[in-house]
This record gives sequence, C-alpha cells and structure tokens, in this order.
Amino acid sequence: MDKVLEVSSLSKIYGKGCSFCFELTGPEFNTNICPQCGSVIAAHDVSFDLFKGEILGIMGESGSGKSTAVKCLYFDEEPSSGNAIFYDKGKQYDIFELNAARQRQLANQRFGMVYQNPHLGLNFDISAGGNIAERLLMSEVKNYSDIRSRATNLLTRTEVLTERMDELPKNFSGGMQQRVQIAKALATNPPLLFLDEVTTGLDLSVQAAILDLILEIQQEQEAAMIVVTHDLGVIRLLAGRTLVMKYGRVIESGLTDQILEDPQHAYTQRLVASAL
Amino acid sequence: MKKIKNDKPILRVEGFSKYFELHEQHKIIPSSDDVNLEVFSGQLTALIGPTGAGKSTVLKGIYRTYLPSSGRLLFYTKEGIEIDLAKADEHLILNLRKNEIGFVTQFLHALPRQSTEDIVAQPLIQRGMDKKQARDLAREMLSAMNLPEALWGISPATFSGGEKQRVNLARGLVSRPRLLLLDEPTASLDINTTEKIVMLIENLKDDGVAMLAIFHHPELVERMADNVVQLEPPTRIEKTLKEIA
Repeated sequence: MDKVLEVSSLSKIYGKGCSFCFELTGPEFNTNICPQCGSVIAAHDVSFDLFKGEILGIMGESGSGKSTAVKCLYFDEEPSSGNAIFYDKGKQYDIFELNAARQRQLANQRFGMVYQNPHLGLNFDISAGGNIAERLLMSEVKNYSDIRSRATNLLTRTEVLTERMDELPKNFSGGMQQRVQIAKALATNPPLLFLDEVTTGLDLSVQAAILDLILEIQQEQEAAMIVVTHDLGVIRLLAGRTLVMKYGRVIESGLTDQILEDPQHAYTQRLVASAL
Repeated sequence: MKKIKNDKPILRVEGFSKYFELHEQHKIIPSSDDVNLEVFSGQLTALIGPTGAGKSTVLKGIYRTYLPSSGRLLFYTKEGIEIDLAKADEHLILNLRKNEIGFVTQFLHALPRQSTEDIVAQPLIQRGMDKKQARDLAREMLSAMNLPEALWGISPATFSGGEKQRVNLARGLVSRPRLLLLDEPTASLDINTTEKIVMLIENLKDDGVAMLAIFHHPELVERMADNVVQLEPPTRIEKTLKEIA
C-alpha cells in the first residue's frame, strides 16, 4: 500500500504562546485557551498517516481543531510546529519546509480542497467554467480548447449542467456551488483531497447526492481524502478510519466502525450516544 | 460426520476478553471472558451459549469492530504470516477485511441508495474485479438465494427482514473470504431458503473456507458444525471505574 501523507505532531497556536500553553489546555482542562497567556491552542500534537485511496475522517465539535489541521496542510494557515511528509510520484516533500511558491504549486496541482463555504473555494467574480480554467491555468494545461473540454468533462462528472458553465456561481444553488467546488478541486486529478464540512447546511437530498459523488470519485480516482465533519452519518458513510478531536487534541483514533460501536473515550461515548 | 482436523488452524483465539468501560455510568460491563477457540480451513466452528454469553462479541472482536480488552486473536494469512488481530495496524485490518476475512452481521448495513446487485458485487469490485464480472457473480449468488430478480436493481431499504438477510448473506458469501464470520445468518429465513443457504455454506466449506458461526437454531449447529465452542456469560463484576484505576 502506498502512503500519501504522514503528519507528525502538528500544532497551531493563535497568540504569542507561553510555556504553559500545552500543559494547561486540552480535554482534561475543558478548554483550548491558555489560562496564563490567553493564546488559543487550536491544534496540538496531531499525528496521523494516510494511504492511497483511503478516506480518513476527522470528527469533533466546532472549535475542536479539525478544520485547523486541514487548513495547515493546505497552507491556508501556517502551523506553529510539527511536520508533514507528502509522498508523490516516488518523491517525498516535507511540505511545511517548502517555500511559498512551491507550497502554492503543490496546493494548485497535487492537492484539492473543498470548503464548507463555497466563497472560500470559488472565485465568485468569474464563471463556473472560469473557476476550473483558473486552476488548470495554474498547472500545466494552457491551451484554451483543452481547458474548455476538461472543464466541460468535470462539470458533467459532478452533474452541473454544462449549459450553465458560463454563469457566475452566485446564480447557483448551494448544492450546485458545492459541485462546482468539487469539480474545481478535481481539475488536476490530485492524489490528495481535503473536504471540510462539505455537506453541512445543505438539504438532506443534496447532501446525499454530494456524498454519493465523493464515494464515486474515490473509487474512480483512488484519491486519498481527509473528510472533516461533525456529522457521524458522514463519517459512517465515507471514512474507513477516524480521528476524534476535542479542544485541539486527538483524543481517539481507530477503524470507523470501532469508533462508533466501541468508543473508548468518555467524550466519544457521549458523542455517539447523542447521535440521532 | 466430523472431519479430520487440519493440524494448523487459520484462526486461534487465546484468552480473549472484552469488557466495556462506560465512563458516563462509571461502570465496567464484562461481555466476554477468557474465550479460547480454533477455526480450521474447510470447517465450521459454531459458538453456542445463552443470550449474554458474548457470542457476537467474539465475532466483533475478531473483526475489530470491538477492541479486545485482553487475549490474542491469531490469524494466519494466505502467505502463512501470523497476525494478532487484537493489536494489528488499522491499515492491515482493513486490508484483511478486503481480502481475507468476511463478516455477515445480523442486520444488513449497506450504503444507502445502492442497488442490491451493486451492494453484493461491492466486495469483488473492491478487490479489483471488473464491474461487469462482479455484477454477474452477484446476480448468480442472488439467484442461488431465491431472491426475486425484480428486486436486484433496487435498493434493499424497503425489503422485508428475510430479503435483507439474503442480500447480506449474498454479499458475505460471494467474495469467498478465507475466514467467514456468521452471526445468525438464517434467523429470519423460511425453511426452503434456509435449506438453500445450508447448501451454499456446505459448498464454501468444501472449497476450503473457514467459518465461525452463531446459529439461532440448535439443529443447524447439529447439522453443520465440525467443532462446537460453548460460551457462558462472564461473572457479573460491575466495578466502578475508580476501583479499577
């Protein structure tokens, strides 16, 4: 099996930080705010690995640090410490050590990100097709007709009416915007995809269709995915393995069916018991 | 009609115990205590015992849906490598689930919105089989289980209990894992269908599949089991978490 990503001791602190930050925060203290210096320990000591074709779930409530972790990996945020190795085409990259240009290149060509809020993933001033073209232009594809046909294929694949590819995303429904975002993320066939609460706030039927699409893409392309969600149903449906986060820490990890049927940590037990 | 034992088991469970620590209730609930058993290729081992004896717990422990509390669950792979399922890396467990160990649970858990034949074909596709070939094999299995053809193309969400169970069994049997765990696979089936299932299981045994099974009906144990393991409910020692710590 091929490893795609290995994350070790990833931490992210908002604030100046002090020597008590890690000692006085976390699930045992019921806070991620350092009582000494007031810094927010958004994530601390997050470690995991990810293999080709695998979907890893990161589960936790708002503020648990799950989004922070993937935002660091997609270079939206700069981690305070830790490292992450990305394995690609026989090479490995210590991604936090790369310069900004190389990081941008990886994010544009080898990673894909789908945000909860389509405004973060899409440029609302240009058309749906233009959004995909933008990403392709940043990679190797430069020829207009190639870009056009690739965009058409992607939008067809994600079931966006291609008649509407020249419309602005603001004219689309929430579910449709998410499909355009997914098409954009897939544009370069990235081996690694980050999905951050992609179905949150959508109608149930739209959620179902988006989740089905994600599963189909995983089977077709064997992309590795990290799915961040507070929704146990999404975890159950998509993820083979799951991390549970609380107050910035990973409190439990395991096979998804084990996490759901035999949770070890008090918090996970409460979470699973309160699922509808 | 007991067969001669192969000398080497495919699975050896040594001193398996499972208790649940319920943090909210400050309790430890024992479910299985000191279970020992062996399962051999081409043979069926039946777990028997009263409700609460932890029969399903043993199966879930082997599949790692439950984290074993103690003991060793030694599985011998195709290549003859010994793996302790209690401690093995999660990726290795997922790989074994895909290629070597199957589990037919009491109730059908499947992706929603998928057609019955796709659900049954799924384990084959995951192993890399061509979709069409996988679907053909799935249909063959559904047909062997007397599931009306009109149902193959639709999702089992609206099926009766017995129909769902046949879908569940078809998915478990079609991939012919080296070790098959069966949890009351015939509980809600009529006599005719049960007879079909018994035949299919006998065929798998002849093909060398090892099985560890729980049967609702004692007469099925009598007919099908090569080995029987009797389990008893663990002595109820409900200690508070504080006492343990």
